[in-house]
Amino acid sequence: MLTMTGIGKSFFGVRVLSGVDLAVVPGEVHAIVGENGAGKSTLMKILAGVHAHDEGTIEIDGRRVSFGHPLEAQRAGVAIIYQEFNLLPERTVSENVFLGREPIRRGLVDRTAMDTATARLLAELGEDSFGPRQLVKRLSVAQQQVVEIVKALSLDARIVVMDEPTAALAEHEVELLYRLVRRLQERGIAVLYISHRLREVFDLSDHVTVIKDGRLVTTVATEDVTSEDLVRLMVGRDLNGYFPPRSTSVGETRLQVTGGGNDRLHDIDLKLNAGEIVGIAGLQGSGRSELAKALFGAEPFTRGEMTPVRPRSVREGIRAGVGLVTEDRKSEGLALRQSVRDNALLVTRAMGRGARRSGVRELLERVRLTPPREEQEVRYLSGGNQQKVVLAKWMTVAPKVLLFDEPTRGVDVGAKAAIHDLMRELAEDGVAIMMISSELPELIGMSDRIVVLREGRIAGTLPAGSSEEAVMSLAAGEVSS
Amino acid sequence: MTQNVLADGRARFGALVNPTSVVFLALAGVILVGWALVAVDGGQFLTMETVVGVQQRSAALGIVAVGQTLAILAGSLDLSVAYLISLASLVAAVTMAGQDSNIVLAVGAVMGVSALVGLVNGLMISKLRVHAFIATLGISLIIKGILGDLYDGPAGRVPESFQHLGYDRLGPVPVSALLWAAVALVAWFLLRRTKYGYRVYAVGGDVEVARLSGIRTDRVIIITHVLCSLCAGIAGLLLASRLGAGAPTVGTDGGYDLESIAAVVLGGAALAGGRGGVAGTVGGVLLLAVLDSVFNQLEVNSFFKDVVRGVVIVVAVAVYARRTGLIGRRRT
Repeated sequence: MLTMTGIGKSFFGVRVLSGVDLAVVPGEVHAIVGENGAGKSTLMKILAGVHAHDEGTIEIDGRRVSFGHPLEAQRAGVAIIYQEFNLLPERTVSENVFLGREPIRRGLVDRTAMDTATARLLAELGEDSFGPRQLVKRLSVAQQQVVEIVKALSLDARIVVMDEPTAALAEHEVELLYRLVRRLQERGIAVLYISHRLREVFDLSDHVTVIKDGRLVTTVATEDVTSEDLVRLMVGRDLNGYFPPRSTSVGETRLQVTGGGNDRLHDIDLKLNAGEIVGIAGLQGSGRSELAKALFGAEPFTRGEMTPVRPRSVREGIRAGVGLVTEDRKSEGLALRQSVRDNALLVTRAMGRGARRSGVRELLERVRLTPPREEQEVRYLSGGNQQKVVLAKWMTVAPKVLLFDEPTRGVDVGAKAAIHDLMRELAEDGVAIMMISSELPELIGMSDRIVVLREGRIAGTLPAGSSEEAVMSLAAGEVSS
Repeated sequence: MTQNVLADGRARFGALVNPTSVVFLALAGVILVGWALVAVDGGQFLTMETVVGVQQRSAALGIVAVGQTLAILAGSLDLSVAYLISLASLVAAVTMAGQDSNIVLAVGAVMGVSALVGLVNGLMISKLRVHAFIATLGISLIIKGILGDLYDGPAGRVPESFQHLGYDRLGPVPVSALLWAAVALVAWFLLRRTKYGYRVYAVGGDVEVARLSGIRTDRVIIITHVLCSLCAGIAGLLLASRLGAGAPTVGTDGGYDLESIAAVVLGGAALAGGRGGVAGTVGGVLLLAVLDSVFNQLEVNSFFKDVVRGVVIVVAVAVYARRTGLIGRRRT
């Protein structure tokens, strides 16, 4: 139903796509994989009418189309669900679904029609945890995704593009998304599925298209390849085992909490040692990010003992040698419109320790920023490179403890491996590391110890190399025999 | 499951602390406290005189604030309303020149001038991408310059028949308050029931989301500024009718620019746009007017009055910020 042939695109003379072909049939899930910056998103934005293509042709049902505006693509039956949702938090579900094309009766907006149509689509998707009149800001990330899908269905979309749909979801919410994708498939809708997570590619897709450096590498039937094959095709090299080797020696205790608590956390007993990577697992809302923020002093503990100090503010936390690599680097970790150098020096300057401009270059090489251009504004970097700048920012103050909250979310395979290597290197240099991750293979592959949180308490601690099942059952609170 | 229960709980909690209800609760509280204070002082608070006074004092500000609500909801704001009010009062009084036969022409001229100012504001903000603060400040200065050059005091004369607008009343309700109510109802209707209203909330909530949903955001901003300026024009007509003439300082003396913005945020609207409504603004305006009335009856020093008003505005917004912070944190 959809054929894209020889698609090419340049931005300001820089070629980002050339000669990409893609063919999709009704009811198939077609995965598109590639490193960040490979051109997947650009290709999808061309399909959705956000960018115009310079070369090649797009045909839908045999008719040649060319979209100058997202609206034209919508009318042709293409809906795109972006990584950052396009929803208004202060409006209701149905107001968001019909945004910009509210049904009109006798010259007025027909709220009833909007609500019933939305309710019907929600019911078709088997979603009963919220209704059409709910405000979007009160929905969880997974529920917001359902709203996006309902919006696509209300457009009568026949091709739905999902850009990294699981990036913001917790493990148990991914199941829900799978069900939704299959429902779309049953209705004969073609789903184009962009993801970094190979497991999802294998769980869901019929075909995989691999893109590298703006060129088509290959399109294959998913059942004919292994994940090693795909990684090799994407990166052009083997990333054997994905994870750096674990540490052999554990040093002195860098940070210790006994009976720590605040309004979100209770009875936290935790020790972080030099040389060790402690993984933190838990469902969304279990208090993982809150734990990191408490240790860092951003949302401090109000009870309990902590050594060396119990920070009451971020400044106290940093002074005690604690650094936090936040979950949302764009809004919490970086000043996007400032240069790489200014960002790297944010913490040193804030703490009044004099900015050593000369050291920045060295640091950027150490975190493997490629290319290490100090003048570039951070917003133009890929997700992986941005994360490296956040790391550099902390390394300027030589932290004793580094807390990572979802360090590789939205980061491509190559940059991911680099960040993992760096974390291990830092640990070996004597930094105590705590890592929160929703991605279980990463958590298990990296951690020397896994602490599982449930409802603001520590549910248990598991040794290195525990199974995904063990972590999940502890996190979900199932009684395991 | 627990998550749903939690979400429900939050929704209920949210309804209780909905800023619109907060502002009307605060209004009721101020009336009660004011009544008690005035009674202790040996006066009577809820007389016909004060009730009418409150309505008359708030009518002009109320009309401007309704227009300002539209601008703020769309993520914009309008600092030019004060000078536009002065301009409108002069256009009205000079055109009427004391003649009944000129009233229709004068009203038309005021509406035309106001719409033009709104159009220019809207075009500068949407097409030239000048921030609303700067664009409307610039227009203010331009109008100020023109007024300063042409008039050095009150000018023109409003015929007696037109003064009914400012002074007549039906029972306890002044005509000016009815005019305010009408303007507020129209705005409420636009926001709640028409496509335009939905678009205002969308543009103010997130311009990019609105654009990607196919909304012509520039058009929404322009229409909003035209409507906002029309409201200021109506307020100018009302003030001309009360003064009997036009005056180059009537808008700025009343502080209608900042005060209308204060009333809107007092009514629970987010200054960044996308959240709020006409009902809240009406509450905000009444709250300011009742406070004023209480102080007048207690014969409080006017400087102290300003201090209290300042405190009330800041505290109110701080309360809303806490509430929405608690509820809205889930958004990633």
